[in-house]
Amino acid sequence: MHFQEKVTPKDVKDIVILFSGDSGDGMQLSGTIFSNLSAILGDEIATFPDYPAEIRAPQGTLSGVSGFQVHLGTHIYTAGDKVDVLVAMNPAALKVNATRLKKDAIIIADLDSFQQKDLDKALFKTENPFTEMGLNGARVISIPITTLTRDGLINFEMSPKDQARCKNMFALGLICWLFNKPIDMANHLLINKFSHKPLLAEANIKVLADGFNYGQNTDLSVPTYRVETMKTRPGTYTDISGNVATAYGLIAAAESAGKELFLGSYPITPATDILHELVKRKELGVKAVQMEDEIAGVCSAIGASFAGDLAATSTSGPGLALKSEAIGLAVMAELPLVVIDVQRGGPSTGLPTKTEQTDLRQALYGRNGESPAVVIAASSPTNCFDTAYWAAKIALEHVTPVILLSDGYIANGSSAWRIPDMDEYPKIIPHDVSQFKGDSWSVGARDSQTFARYIAPAGTEGYTHRIGGLERDYQTGAISTSPENHQKMVNTRQAKIDAIANYIPQLNIIGNPDADLLVVGWGGTYGHLREAIGRMNNTGMNVALAHFQFINPLPKNTAEVLRSFPKVIVAEQNSGHLAGHLASKIEGIEFSRCNKVEGQPFSVEALITEFTKKLEE
Amino acid sequence: MDTNSKPYFQAKDYKSDQNVRWCPGCGDHAVLNCLHKAMAELGIEPHKTAVISGIGCSSRLPYYMNTYGFHTIHGRGAAIATGVKIAKPELSVWLATGDGDSLAIGGNHFIHAIRRNVGINILLFNNKIYGLTKGQYSPTSNRGSITKSSPFGTVEDPFRPIELALGARGTFFARCIDVDLKNTTDIFVSAAKHNGTSVVEILQNCVIFNDKIHKSVTDKDLKDDHTILLKHGEKMIFGKDKDKGIVIDGWNLKAVTIGQDGYTLDDVLTHDAHTQDNILHLKLGLMSPEAGLPLALGVIRDTEALVYEQELERSVETEKARNPIHTLNELLMSGNVWKVE
Repeated sequence: MHFQEKVTPKDVKDIVILFSGDSGDGMQLSGTIFSNLSAILGDEIATFPDYPAEIRAPQGTLSGVSGFQVHLGTHIYTAGDKVDVLVAMNPAALKVNATRLKKDAIIIADLDSFQQKDLDKALFKTENPFTEMGLNGARVISIPITTLTRDGLINFEMSPKDQARCKNMFALGLICWLFNKPIDMANHLLINKFSHKPLLAEANIKVLADGFNYGQNTDLSVPTYRVETMKTRPGTYTDISGNVATAYGLIAAAESAGKELFLGSYPITPATDILHELVKRKELGVKAVQMEDEIAGVCSAIGASFAGDLAATSTSGPGLALKSEAIGLAVMAELPLVVIDVQRGGPSTGLPTKTEQTDLRQALYGRNGESPAVVIAASSPTNCFDTAYWAAKIALEHVTPVILLSDGYIANGSSAWRIPDMDEYPKIIPHDVSQFKGDSWSVGARDSQTFARYIAPAGTEGYTHRIGGLERDYQTGAISTSPENHQKMVNTRQAKIDAIANYIPQLNIIGNPDADLLVVGWGGTYGHLREAIGRMNNTGMNVALAHFQFINPLPKNTAEVLRSFPKVIVAEQNSGHLAGHLASKIEGIEFSRCNKVEGQPFSVEALITEFTKKLEE
Repeated sequence: MDTNSKPYFQAKDYKSDQNVRWCPGCGDHAVLNCLHKAMAELGIEPHKTAVISGIGCSSRLPYYMNTYGFHTIHGRGAAIATGVKIAKPELSVWLATGDGDSLAIGGNHFIHAIRRNVGINILLFNNKIYGLTKGQYSPTSNRGSITKSSPFGTVEDPFRPIELALGARGTFFARCIDVDLKNTTDIFVSAAKHNGTSVVEILQNCVIFNDKIHKSVTDKDLKDDHTILLKHGEKMIFGKDKDKGIVIDGWNLKAVTIGQDGYTLDDVLTHDAHTQDNILHLKLGLMSPEAGLPLALGVIRDTEALVYEQELERSVETEKARNPIHTLNELLMSGNVWKVE
């Protein structure tokens, strides 16, 4: 303890820590506990797990590296670009992440896993992996973590293998020491985590303390850090991932609308956690079913919608492709439906565990016939809640399928979230026959402002009717092949979607409305764009950000806003989907493009370089 | 039972105002009438009935029902019907589908609906041809069938629907013939009363593209000797003179004439549709005149098993009763939370 008192901790605004190791090393758990702990202690946090597609890739190899990145401090919008502290449980973890380290980064390495055979597996050519990676400025702390973990568990009746598996807690303990985080709260989290395995809980708690004490008692020549915390808005907070927030947004919408929630889904990375969360929520009356394929997922949801539920399906890009015909049915039959696409790298199987924004065109245009649907996008893990709520609200009130685009980055990332007061959210009033004020209802009965039809869920007395995928008569709803009627119905379905622009928020500008350059983004890149703009503004550069949550229809003031800036650049993780869409809707603007399709989140530094170049042109 | 407490309905109450647009002479007309009659007999109110369909001639059926109806997309009717039933288990849910719709493009949804034993009644119109696209072979077309897409005859064997249904652990399988109004109506009623998925294979005639494909079992002169109507608890007797019966012969079934070759009525099998073991049901369902056995009609299998939507409902109710949390806010507050003052 007295050692601690002698050293003055270094004060910083924000810090990026990356826990990295073999996919079996438990790095996700260390990272999650550390981020929860930080959030509880008042830091803003953003996290990003980066794991291989293989469940257990060969041990110690480059393809088997699994990481969990935590960014904490104040004004945190992303999981961070460059890493301040790397925990490398093996040489492969070091090699994979070396280029992402800051010059003076701290590397905590498990000496036990940096033996010759480990270096060979990670394809190092020399005996000094740190020099080989050009990390001369880094401060390396090599500790025999595995040995120390085992030694600490000598009195525990566990196999040496099981003992070694606790080494992630030793690393976590060290990090807690380094960042001045008391570990009592972590103990509590571990007891919860291993509630059915008391021996494991005890062992993990012991190793965690050993790691912390090791840092405190030995002469580690690094300063500890104190991260500046900010006064956040009062309220009750929790830590939430984008996928869980999406699930909760749907539940909140069902509660507001007075509907049962149905999810029809099929497992697909990175969307499956939405299914995982909703199947657990039986106490809230949620019916979530795992169907036989993607098509059955959306079709069962369409059936449930026909019967009056708030119905949703969750998937990723390949699944959206399979669902497209059925989404067309929901467009034609005019049924409320929420389709969640958690985008990943494509095409085909692509990069299942990596993030991209390459499904926007598919969401906007990927159906046969004139088939307009609403497309909206979530911008951050916590914003997934609001966006899912909006998706359900639009679907139920405007009687249409809504495609919600999330992505692997925000879906798996998490941040602290103020538990909302649902009274602050607009109430959802389903557009059903109870709202109909006319004399005689038919399938063709519509609201004169929104053009939404008044739906009669199957089972409602007095409203038996037939609908389907065939074109139907505008008035009566009976099958019709009349050319004039088809044109009228095509126009009406489009007008219904266009009219939604009157019911959604306007586009906001972040930063100076008189800026020389407007950066345009959408969806999960918000954090990176926000941070880039913020940093540029801090250095006196005159840029602003317009970030789209509503993409089809666009907010009403879109053209007006975009036209008010001399230069507009659209930054997205695809080849220019939004830029093309905006160009097709708004004349007279030259949209510059900033595109990156690497399966990785944007780098803030690279964005700043790009935007600065544009500014100076 | 107090019949007064049950609303009284007639077949016409289930008929919509739409003109029926199937070809004159199509077997679907008769099936539609049988369904109207069966629904009247069941007495389920029209608004508590939902008829779902996929794509194909038979899938037009919902338009002709004065119930809730949903004409969906090709092959997906079973998945959509599953969603309807899960959302509102109190509805009587029917699926009108054909051999192309459910056994080709929708094969996956067909077998999985049956495997789950979700409470939907599947009416499988089997005319062994694609009618709506004008005459291509289907997954039930006989080997060698000459059609527009197989001008030299098909070189593939057909599905036999009962094998798929029982292979998917089906709990109810029946077979009927479109023109056999009395039995078809009765079988629809039995199918509706079954708890779980019921599959009724309707041998239906496409008068335009595959006329008389079922004639060996529908022709007046042939049908008595070529078919047998199975009824639970009754002897398996058939033939114009009701003198033929089905007996076990080793591992196989055999058609015999009672009083000949030493066979007596005691040797003739009694139909047990309720037995869990599906081996004999499968053997009965695969009998054919070509193999010297009568084609089995009637309810071949009707067994009890856990039903998907009822189990799902039960687990939801159990959790609601067990768990003190009933709103999202309560759930969020019960997790790992911290307060900022």
